[in-house]
Amino acid sequence: MQTKANGKVSNLVKGETGDWEIVVGMEVHAQVNSKAKLFSGASTAFGAEPNSHVSLVDAAMPGMLPVINEECIAQAVRTGLGLKAQINLKSVFDRKNYFYPDLPQGYQISQYKQPIVGEGEILIEVDGESMTVGIERLHLEQDAGKSIHDQSPDSSYVDLNRSGVALMEIVSKPDMRSAKQAQAYVSKLRTILRYLDTCDGDMEKGNLRADVNVSVRKPGAPLGTRCEIKNVNSIRFIGQAIEVEARRQIGIIEDGGTIDQETRLFDAARGVTRSMRSKEEAHDYRYFPDPDLLPLEMTQDYVDAFKAKLPELPDEKLARFTKVFGLSPYDAAVLVAEKEAANYFEQVAKGRDGKLAANWVNNELFGRLNKEGLDIEHSPMTAAQLGGIVDLIASGTISGKIAKDLFEIVWAEGGDPAEIVETRGMKQVTDTGAIETAVDAIIAANPDKVAQVQAKPSMIGWFVGQVMKQSGGKANPQAVNDALKKKLGV
Amino acid sequence: MQVDEATVRRIARLARIRITDEEATSLQGELSGILDWVTQLDEVQTDGVEPMTRVIPMTLKKRADVVTDGDKADDIVKNAPASEDHFFVVPKVIE
Repeated sequence: MQTKANGKVSNLVKGETGDWEIVVGMEVHAQVNSKAKLFSGASTAFGAEPNSHVSLVDAAMPGMLPVINEECIAQAVRTGLGLKAQINLKSVFDRKNYFYPDLPQGYQISQYKQPIVGEGEILIEVDGESMTVGIERLHLEQDAGKSIHDQSPDSSYVDLNRSGVALMEIVSKPDMRSAKQAQAYVSKLRTILRYLDTCDGDMEKGNLRADVNVSVRKPGAPLGTRCEIKNVNSIRFIGQAIEVEARRQIGIIEDGGTIDQETRLFDAARGVTRSMRSKEEAHDYRYFPDPDLLPLEMTQDYVDAFKAKLPELPDEKLARFTKVFGLSPYDAAVLVAEKEAANYFEQVAKGRDGKLAANWVNNELFGRLNKEGLDIEHSPMTAAQLGGIVDLIASGTISGKIAKDLFEIVWAEGGDPAEIVETRGMKQVTDTGAIETAVDAIIAANPDKVAQVQAKPSMIGWFVGQVMKQSGGKANPQAVNDALKKKLGV
Repeated sequence: MQVDEATVRRIARLARIRITDEEATSLQGELSGILDWVTQLDEVQTDGVEPMTRVIPMTLKKRADVVTDGDKADDIVKNAPASEDHFFVVPKVIE
């Protein structure tokens, strides 16, 4: 849904009555990395037997009282600091009341008027342009249990293992104007959370999920009525959901209709959003302060201690990679997207040519990992091994072409690259005598080509190819080139 | 403060309490009476007064991030009207 005008990317969408602007805001639910739940001592581990990670608190048995997990508070503070946000030294837990079988308390403990984290921001980059997306707030709340509907025709099965697990709800300002920006926002937020180690960002397991608020308006007009698309669980679907929802709304308005503010679901299989009208009635949550919990109070010293120990974040790492290793912003951005990839690169680049290291990590290694469906943590090639290959290229011991063969060998068989080059005779031939002999032989065998190259010097490439072929790719291409130029007189 | 019948029905629905027409009428009077009684609190001047959250100086009690509970699925589903393989079984609810 993007058009280019005057070389600048426009996010406006064409409708029958002219251009429309999409406005997107997001609520991301991020599961807090913690061993135990927000208000109980039950485990948060994924994939356990039904109701085995449930305490009497999580099952809302009468008389049970919540006691907050201090690590969950710390994680929310770290996240707030990572989002350059206001940390509220006093916040309050409220009850959000609604009925659903996977919510045994009949209310969710959440934060309403006084969240733990206030306004912050995230820097994103889309189509080569940077922009800031405002963060409205971040609050702590309990997750609900899980209902399974396909086990029986007339019953639902409820598992409370997830009930009470800590979530951070991170609310953005309605600052995004396209599906791409929204996708970039979620990707960047996920990267920051993973750097901070406050959420694992695993969207497949539902540990990071987004509610997407979409509205449309004519450029410059006041905000339109928004619809909320619930629980979109992949970055690709976020993009699709926004595009189809915006199209739907534009269609309705252009046909003379109005948008109802409502909650919708994205149906990925059919590529449409559909209304969840049944939820509408329950929208009166009757929030009130939870009488079981005192206000959450922190000192500035407590917050400052986390600030002092904050890890290097992606924006800072990117700046350092471009400055220290001389990488292009693009290469650096690819490397810093995943903390593990950035660490791997740093090991390869340490004491070596940063650009060369980045090329091999970004192109060869990532290309190969993608092909095999592996992530960097499961790479069969260690950073030390790839570093060894880079060393051999930098020292001129092997050519770039041989390096790719070597890469394949190390990938498949493992081992020390330098040793493999030695034992398998893969060293580049820089011995000018040997190269000249090969060059002479090729020239003598191809008098017709020699005649051609006098008229068309670019023909020299053919000779280079022949010499390289004869040497099994081991001849130093530069030396071959030089020798040929000298002998052919071009 | 007068509570109308629609409000009574709405509150009952939000609380998942089924009420008869007669009850809806009588609850109007009862709820109005309760609200009138509580409304007396509005007479107290509370501008600039922080809501009281504790009567003695105490802070929110916190717990270390240690798994100390769980592994009692038998107990968890013990009182459930229906359960299967340690799942609670409830009437079908689907969006």
